[in-house]
Amino acid sequence: MEMLPISFEKAMLMSMALPLITAGLVKLFGNKPNLRETITLTGATATFLSVLILLEAVLNNNGPSYTFGALIPGLDLKLQVEPLGMLFALIASFLWIITTIYAIGYMRGNKESNQTRFFICFALAICFTLGIAFAANLLTLFVFYELLTLSTYPLVAHAGTEKAKRGARIYLSILLTTSIAFFLPAIIWTYHMAGTTDFALGGIFPAETGHLALGILLILFCFGVGKAALMPFHRWLPSAMVAPTPVSALLHAVAVVKAGVFTILKIMVFVFGADLLTELPARDIMLYVAGASILLSSLIAIAQDNLKARLAYSTISQLGYVTLGALLAIDVATVGSTMHIAMHAFGKITLFFCAGAIYVAAKKTEISDMRGLGKAMPFTMFAFFIGSLSIIGLPPTGGTWSKWYLMLGSLDTGHLILMGVLMVSSLLNIAYLLPIPMRAFFGKEAEASKAKLKEAPWPMLLAMGVTVTGCIALFLFPQPLFELASMLTMEEKVNG
Amino acid sequence: MMNLLLDDLPALQVMLPLLCAPLCFILRIKGLPWLIAFVTSILTFAVSFMLFNQVADGDILSYAMGGWAPPWGIEYRVDRLNSFFMLLISGIGVVALLFARKSVDSEIIACKQSIFYSAFMLCLAGLLGILITGDAFNVFVFLEISALSSYVLISFGQDRRALTATFQYLIMGTIGATMILIGLGFMYMMTGTLNMADLATRLPEVMNTNTIRTAFAFIVIGASIKLALFPLHIWLPNAYSYAPSVVTVFLAATSTKVALYVLLRFVFTVFGAEFAFGEMPLQHILMFMAVLAVLTGSLCAVFQTNIKHVLAYSSIGQIGYMVIGVALLTTTGLAAGILHVFNHAIMKACLFLAIGCVYYRHGSARIEDFKGIGKTMPWTMAAFVIGGLGLIGMPLTVGFISKWYLVIAAMEQGAIGAVTISIILIGSLLAVAYVWRIVEVAYFNEPTKEKAKIKEAPLALLIPTWIMALATIYFGIKTDFSVIAATNAATTLMGAK
Repeated sequence: MEMLPISFEKAMLMSMALPLITAGLVKLFGNKPNLRETITLTGATATFLSVLILLEAVLNNNGPSYTFGALIPGLDLKLQVEPLGMLFALIASFLWIITTIYAIGYMRGNKESNQTRFFICFALAICFTLGIAFAANLLTLFVFYELLTLSTYPLVAHAGTEKAKRGARIYLSILLTTSIAFFLPAIIWTYHMAGTTDFALGGIFPAETGHLALGILLILFCFGVGKAALMPFHRWLPSAMVAPTPVSALLHAVAVVKAGVFTILKIMVFVFGADLLTELPARDIMLYVAGASILLSSLIAIAQDNLKARLAYSTISQLGYVTLGALLAIDVATVGSTMHIAMHAFGKITLFFCAGAIYVAAKKTEISDMRGLGKAMPFTMFAFFIGSLSIIGLPPTGGTWSKWYLMLGSLDTGHLILMGVLMVSSLLNIAYLLPIPMRAFFGKEAEASKAKLKEAPWPMLLAMGVTVTGCIALFLFPQPLFELASMLTMEEKVNG
Repeated sequence: MMNLLLDDLPALQVMLPLLCAPLCFILRIKGLPWLIAFVTSILTFAVSFMLFNQVADGDILSYAMGGWAPPWGIEYRVDRLNSFFMLLISGIGVVALLFARKSVDSEIIACKQSIFYSAFMLCLAGLLGILITGDAFNVFVFLEISALSSYVLISFGQDRRALTATFQYLIMGTIGATMILIGLGFMYMMTGTLNMADLATRLPEVMNTNTIRTAFAFIVIGASIKLALFPLHIWLPNAYSYAPSVVTVFLAATSTKVALYVLLRFVFTVFGAEFAFGEMPLQHILMFMAVLAVLTGSLCAVFQTNIKHVLAYSSIGQIGYMVIGVALLTTTGLAAGILHVFNHAIMKACLFLAIGCVYYRHGSARIEDFKGIGKTMPWTMAAFVIGGLGLIGMPLTVGFISKWYLVIAAMEQGAIGAVTISIILIGSLLAVAYVWRIVEVAYFNEPTKEKAKIKEAPLALLIPTWIMALATIYFGIKTDFSVIAATNAATTLMGAK
């Protein structure tokens, strides 16, 4: 092993401490915008690097762990890095850098108020996201899950208008309701039945646990993780679109919804385990709930004229893919789900970046007004096109691979109906995404807009450039991602 | 000398604040009554701490007042249950008095302050007396001392409605105390003794009489009035809302808790769980009332415009949680209930202290006053948010720990437990509604013009507020102290019979 300046354990703790320190410094230098934003960028980069250090340890099957101490006698607050969490942490910390660059352009270009609060809450949200990624048991995960909800609330309510407050209220109430009413009792019940909440590959329930109880537990978990936005608990995501666009990027790509599906995957793989999951009749119910969620939200997306609303419903549908893959409980599907977290992150963040760029440069939010915009903003619209391809799952973008594995998974388990759902949904994706860049490039410009339009500020374009490159790079070089994802299934084989 | 004092710790626990009261009254020099009261409260806390440590291993400390051996004389009896409560009450006393200096200066005219502090110390002495005594009639005496002094304390409120609130409390409190007295009289009639331990051994012989059943009913209802258990809670919201800020802090964190102790002591130690829950349908009654308390209390809190009212109704709901724990009738349930007594006292004190800071600057605590307060009084509001998160039961606060143990305890009960769990969680969701309404106004509304110039509360008020805010987090992370103490208290109680 090559020489590293710090141990893996320290790197893990540092990756969580750095965002906190960043938040503190941002608060301290809140009245000096240039310094403040330099601090955020430096903090974000340092965070990403310390997460990156951990990759080597994870690939050697030697992820570090750390115990903070007992939160409740017998239940520790504990971190442990494993491949799935590693992947999530890498995405979140990398996209934090990009989103920060973008946010600097957006917040200044839009002359938003309370920018210091914005950057503080953003840094806190990243810290808690890493906490979710590295959590070693359900209790720790829950602690950071709730903290993430709280830290993102001020971001959603950022504008302070009646509309923003209402949106934020819905955001908070649905996320807290699901977590308090379903998620928490599910965790306590798990503790009651299994005697532990520590994650272990292949599941933690003793063999004699009743299937009825486990089935109810599964349903509680699936709906309790409200951040995964499984219908009918999805309303918070469209409501949250009142937030500034960098926040939407945080919600849809970097942290929040990803934390949701990550939690679902983690619970399926590390709490239930594939073998147990396939025996539960409740699993089949939830599979079809996820399928319905995919189709319905795609259909709703088509009807949306507001660009961010359309993207929000598209996210709900894509989250359904990950949940579906996790529930299929078969190697290819698990790999597909894991990869889809990354693919969707890059694709959706590109689309939201574009939506924000259009808003800052042209003050347009409705799709019907965007006809002919491609002439003034060719780069933005091209980025939108590539991002759309990745969401649909077409080459040359990363989304191709994850959808491939997910379809393979549904085919292998004989769920032909679900296979059909995935195919129809892909067609629907085409129907609601591709017309937007097409009309922008080939449509006639609306009469009214004679004003000279140009591209958004350069930091925003730079950020878009990186994520578009990411979408394509993930198509050309999916190997590292695939290896990380398949470690989950290989270990399972070794252990099982 | 030192040894002598150490032996007399149980007596000192009550005597210190009791003797301090006339001292406060006599020495009417500006600032002196406060100083005396504050120093005494610290000493009282130190005594509680030593007593707590002395009985931590499960010993029972029996102290014969005036050297008259029980059951003839008055016995002070310290065990793991009441030592935990005394530690809590005297601790809250210290924090409340720390807050009192500035707050009382602004709310009560100088010439009446010495009366105020002597009433405060009498109230503290009364509450500690109820906890420590092993004599049933003595409980009544101290109950009256604490009640009468708290009527005085509440009537000091600036708002004229404080007087009607006091009167309402006086009527209800007197009914409650009288019921307890009648119950005690019946018991004395049948057994000829008033010492609790003695009562516990003599009662089984006469258990099957209607007199004892009636006595039981009187005592339970009397204690429930003091406890403000739904539907006997009507005195509480106004009493809390119109009292001076520091009185609200102190009473909200202590008086209902002590009433719960009285209930526990009589039901488990004197009558015995077998009689109370086997022969009498107390479990069902308590559970039913507790569930209604959680639902109605929390629901009422959502619709109040005076923030003190919001918190007062929330207290009624939270008392429901404690009683749910008790009514589960297992050691885990009881431990969860007692744990919530401790945790709720801390977070409610934190919240009322924050409200006290707001009241100090704004002169009222209506929801309009909270507009933009997140900007003008950031530290006060941050403490309020921490306390509020505790009420919701967010992880890393004390509220989460209470909820965790209550749900675990309910889970052991099977099907009935499932209903209980859903009530606990609905209460928690309602807490989100009533807490977040305030948070939203505070952070996302602009202050009105004349309120925009209002400054942060002075340090003298912020320090006690933040002591409780940090305690809300500290005891939500380092839980071994409170969990072990509550579990020990519950085992003591369950093992009593």
